[in-house]
Parts: sequence; structure tokens; C-alpha cells
Amino acid sequence: MNDDAKPLIQLSDVWKVYNLGEVKVEALRGVCLTIESGEYVALMGPSGSGKSTLMNMLGCLDRPTEGSYLLDGEDATSMSRNGRARLRNRRIGFVFQNFNLLARTSAVENVELPLLYARGVSASQRRHRAVEALKQVGLGDRLHHHPGQLSGGQQQRVAVARALVNDPAILMADEPTGNLDSKTSREVIQLLRTLNEESGITIILVTHDQDIGRHAKRILVLHDGQIVEDTTDFGTALRSLHRDEDHLVVPPPHTPAQGAKRPEGTSKPMG
Amino acid sequence: MNLLVTIRIALRALRKNKMRAGLTILGVVIGIAAVTAMVSIGQSASSLVQGQFESLGTNILVIFSASHRHGPVHHGQGSIRSLTAGDSEAIADECPAVLATSPIVGTGGQVIYGNTNWRPREMVGVGTDYLIVGNWTLRHGGFFTERDISSSSKVCVIGQTLVAKLFQTTNPLNETIRISNIPFRIIGILEPKGANIVGEDQDNIIMMPHTTVAKRLRRTSFDTVDVILVSARAVDRMPDAQREVRQLLCERHHVAPGQPADFEVQDMTEIADILGVITGTMTLLLSSIAGISLVVGGVGIMNIMLVSVTERTREIGIRMAVGARGGDILRQFLIESILLAMIGGLVGFGLGVAASAGITAVINSLMKSVEWPTVISIPAAVLAIVFSSAVGIAFGFYPAWRASKLDPIEALRYE
Ligand SMILES: Nc1ncnc2c1ncn2[C@@H]1O[C@H](COP(=O)(O)OP(=O)(O)OP(=O)(O)O)[C@@H](O)[C@H]1O
Ligand SMILES: [Mg+2]
Repeated sequence: MNDDAKPLIQLSDVWKVYNLGEVKVEALRGVCLTIESGEYVALMGPSGSGKSTLMNMLGCLDRPTEGSYLLDGEDATSMSRNGRARLRNRRIGFVFQNFNLLARTSAVENVELPLLYARGVSASQRRHRAVEALKQVGLGDRLHHHPGQLSGGQQQRVAVARALVNDPAILMADEPTGNLDSKTSREVIQLLRTLNEESGITIILVTHDQDIGRHAKRILVLHDGQIVEDTTDFGTALRSLHRDEDHLVVPPPHTPAQGAKRPEGTSKPMG
Repeated sequence: MNLLVTIRIALRALRKNKMRAGLTILGVVIGIAAVTAMVSIGQSASSLVQGQFESLGTNILVIFSASHRHGPVHHGQGSIRSLTAGDSEAIADECPAVLATSPIVGTGGQVIYGNTNWRPREMVGVGTDYLIVGNWTLRHGGFFTERDISSSSKVCVIGQTLVAKLFQTTNPLNETIRISNIPFRIIGILEPKGANIVGEDQDNIIMMPHTTVAKRLRRTSFDTVDVILVSARAVDRMPDAQREVRQLLCERHHVAPGQPADFEVQDMTEIADILGVITGTMTLLLSSIAGISLVVGGVGIMNIMLVSVTERTREIGIRMAVGARGGDILRQFLIESILLAMIGGLVGFGLGVAASAGITAVINSLMKSVEWPTVISIPAAVLAIVFSSAVGIAFGFYPAWRASKLDPIEALRYE
């Protein structure tokens, strides 16, 4: 893409191995990946392929068993717990499938949370920035509602506001629409898109929804802990995804001959 | 994260579960209440004891005749000699560490004035310096002179209780009362002293010259006395005074070196010290019982904090995901348990003060003559708060530490 400066994210030969006594689970097997600032990347792949594991790695919630991860040139692999906490606080915003908002805490206070752990932000600045972030996601009129008093889509938008409030370089979303209906999903995705295009924020999202994947500028397909496709073309990605399925699942007897296109919208990969 | 914000978050977390918070702090409340009550009752007891000794004078030596201790006074029995008024005078004259002395001769009987009569608790014969030695002050009139002593005058000085019992309307000064049919003129009236440690009314007293008591009331030897009270010049001169008195009396009584003396010298500070040790030990004992209940309270806090950390695992995960460090989480939970314990401490302190006030009130109503002071000490309040926060820190640390060591991913995944 661009050849100036260093990339925002650089993973080289990253492995994640869970040692469960008897068995070893290799969730990531030698992932190499470079993401530049301002990209919009969708991570796709069947269940259990390691998408969340990779996201957690990228988000500095976890660290690789092997390999190295440079975030903005900083080595996140060798960093202390506190160092990674600082990176999460300053550089990364998270959006989760199940929103992960603090219960019985107002929207604005939820959004303030990252600023609470940032040094040198006064109470009035905190409030101001939280309100701004909520306005940005269109919730300026819901400041003091608790999560329980908001719809799923609104809750997810609060979560997006929380992810944005620290002006992070990257916004990571692990199946952000997994718990939303298709209409609200579109709203949330539209919001992410706007953020990417207008604020230039880097977005990495995990999704099973082809409609969402379609809108990404770049698609990574993960299979068995490896990146099997890295493309800007959705058709290529789709083929790669389907090959996985065809490979994994014996076609049911009543399905027509191979190569027939599956109807869209029912394309959630199986696990 | 700043401390104030942390405290606010902790308070909110506690408020979400008031019932549980209340039950959690119960142990600390009881512990601190017990400590407070024990300490303040202990303090009021020892201040009472101290007050009593001060009213008698802590720089007092009491000299008994050795024979006197073993029953009624015997005279001229072998080598054992009784104490005499001469001994008292000699001590006053010759011992540099001694301020004043007074012989004491005790008796008892009815005091009659007009058609009322009264039996004073104490009827004593004393010397001219007894006001100093006995730590008394006169309210009206004068005291016995050398002439009153040498001529065994029929005069007396009375305490406030006698004034109240015998003289409702008249001014007692210069009135004449009768004891064993002998008329005594009242020449002085004492300031009230109140009750002593065992609740005896110290103002229920009548004093006469010791010669008068010996000769006219007891009809014994003019010169023999029961006890000599010696007042040292200062508390720190007590050892000197004691040594000088022993030496002088041994000379006067011809006690050979190595032989047992025929008198005993008792130091009132020793008694005060012993009482101090006893009350101190009691306080310590009761406080340690209270301390145990504090530990139990602490374990209660720890238990609930562990439950709370488990319940809020996801919250911890969320906080970590947005950038909370282990230290931030540790502080949050530690502050929460310190606040719990401190609230418990304050409530407990209040209850403890109320309890000790109640207990002293009951004691005071049962023992009408003594006034137990209610002591609410600032140090005890500070101690209660320090204690309870220490309990909060000690027992809150482990749960908080566990919380801070959670893995963010696992915490987020926790259901
Ligand atoms: N803590 C863990 N201990 C052991 N194995 C784990 C752990 N976390 C993940 N795994 C394994 O790692 C593999 C990848 O899991 P991951 O959650 O990344 O999958 P995913 O692609 O996100 O799947 P999904 O689409 O269902 O969310 C799985 O086989 C999973 O069982
Ligand atoms: Mg996943």
C-alpha cells in the first residue's frame, strides 16, 4: 500500500497454542499479517478457526505463544501486563458481540470508563468527551440511560462510543452485529464505515455475515489457525470460505450439483 | 486513576448491595463496638481509681505498728513498741524528704446535736498537719492548733455529710455537739470530697485532736497512736522519704540491724500501681477478646469480597479491556473493603460509646455514691478507625489481589 513509515500492525509467524494437559490446541499457526493505518479489514472464517484468538492478540488482550507483534513499531509481545493495558487504553477501542457494558451504569459513565484509566484527564474533560462520543454515534439524547433501558443497537452504539472516546488508532469489533437484527446491524456497520471514511480510524472486524464482509475493503479468511486468503475482492474471499465448507461438510444428498451458488443470507458458516 | 474517583466507584458498588454490605460489616461493627466499650469502661475505671488516689494524695506513706496489724493494740509487750505521737513529730522534724505527718487515732460513736443524732463513718483523732497529709481543705473556720493537741481540747472539725445530717438550718460553726456525753465545739467545716473508690462517703467524717480521742474517748495512753500518715515532699521523693522514715524509726525503736522491725511502712503509690496493673490487665484481656471478634469480622469481609470478585469477574474484564491495570483493579477492591471496614468501624464506635455510656449509667445508678465518669476518648475513636481500616486492608488484600491477577480474556468470557 504505502511505503512510507512503518505499518500500524505487523504480525510475523504468530502462534497461539493452548496447552490443555493431554492435548495441545493450536489456535493460531504461523500467522503473518500487516495492516496499515486507515484500513477496513474483515476477518472471516468458520467457527473455531481462530478469529477471536487473533483479535485478542491484535487487541493486546493476549500475547502470542510464539512470534512477534509490532503495534505502531512497539513490540507488544515482550511488553508487561501494564504496558499492554496502556496500549489497550490509548491505541485500541474494543467492541464486543455481547456489548460488555457495565450494568446499572449510565451510558455516559460507560463511555467515560477508558478515560478513567487514562492519566491526566479531568472529570469535566471526561464528561465532555464522553458526551461528544455519544453524540457522534447518535445517542446524544440517551446519556443517562442504563444499558437495561436501551435497545441492542443502542447498547452497541454506546459500546462504539466507548471504543472511540480515547481517540484510538484501531477499532476492533469481534462479531459486533452477532446479537443484532439485520436492520440494526446495518446501522452499526454504517457507523463503523463512516468512522473509517471520515475519521480515518483503522477498523478490524470479525464477522460471519457476508453482507458485512462485502463492505470491507480487505478480507482475511482464516482456517484452522492460518490465513488462507488475504484479498480485496469479496468474490475471492467467498470462494475461499465456501471451499472450506465444501471441504469440511459432506454435501447433503438433496443439494444440487456442486458449483451451484448458495442463496445469500443463509450463508452463515457452520462449525 | 485518582483516589476520589476510586472511592466513588467503591461507594456505588457498595450501594448496589446495601443489605449484603450491612451484613458484611456486622462482624467489624461488633468487634469495634466491643473494643470501644471495653477501652472506655477500662479508662473510666482507671481514671476513677486515679482520682481516688489523688484525693488521698499519692505521695503518702502509711506507718503501722507491727503489733497493730495482728489485732487489738497491745502495749508494752516485750520489745514491740507502739507508734507514738513522738514518732510522728520526729519524722516531721528529722526527715528532709517529708513534708508533713499526722498521727491517726481511730474511734467510733454517736454524735448528738439537739434531738438529732448521727453515727459518722469515720471518727478520727489527728494532728495539726492532717489537712495537708489527708489532702483536705477547709470551707469554714479553722483547724486544731498545737495547744488543742497538748491540752486535748474538746473541739472538732466535721465533714459535709454531718453538716447535712445534723444542721439543716443552723450554721454549725461554734455549735456544740456531744459524743459519749462529752461536749465538743465545732471549729471547722471541711470542703466535700465525695465518695471513695469503694463507694464510701468520705465526707461522713468527724475529726478531733488525736490526744482528745485517745484520752477522753478511748481512755488509753495519751501518746499511743494507731497509724502515722507521712506526706512526702513530692512523688519522686517517696523512696527517700521511705528510707529516712525506716532509719529513724529503727533508731527510735532500737531495732537491731537484721532484726524484723516492729512497724510497717506502706507506700500508697504501690497500691495505686497494683490497681493500675489490674485495670490495665483487664483492659488488655477484654480488648484481646474484642480483637478476636475483629478478626472474625475481617474474615467475613474477606469472604464477601471473594464472592464479589467472582460475581464481578466480567466487570473486571471490561475494565481491563479498556485499559485498567492490575493496580487499578487492586486499588478498587481494596478501597471497597477498606470502606466497608471503616463504615463498620464508625458504626461500631458509635455503638461502643453508647454501650459504655449505658453501662456506666447503670453502675452509677446502682452505686449511688460513686460517680463513674463516662470517657469518650479521641484516641479511642482514632484507634477504632485505624483498627478497622487495618482489618479492611489485611482481609481485603487477598481478594483484591486475586481480582487484579485475572486474565482479561477469561474474565470477559466469564458468565
Ligand atoms: N482458553 C482456551 N483454551 C483452550 N482452547 C482455546 C481457548 N480459547 C480458544 N481455544 C481454541 O482455539 C480455537 C480458536 O478459537 P476462537 O475462539 O479463536 O475461534 P473463532 O474463530 O473466534 O470461533 P467463533 O466463530 O465460534 O467465535 C478453538 O479451537 C478453541 O477451542
Ligand atoms: Mg469468536
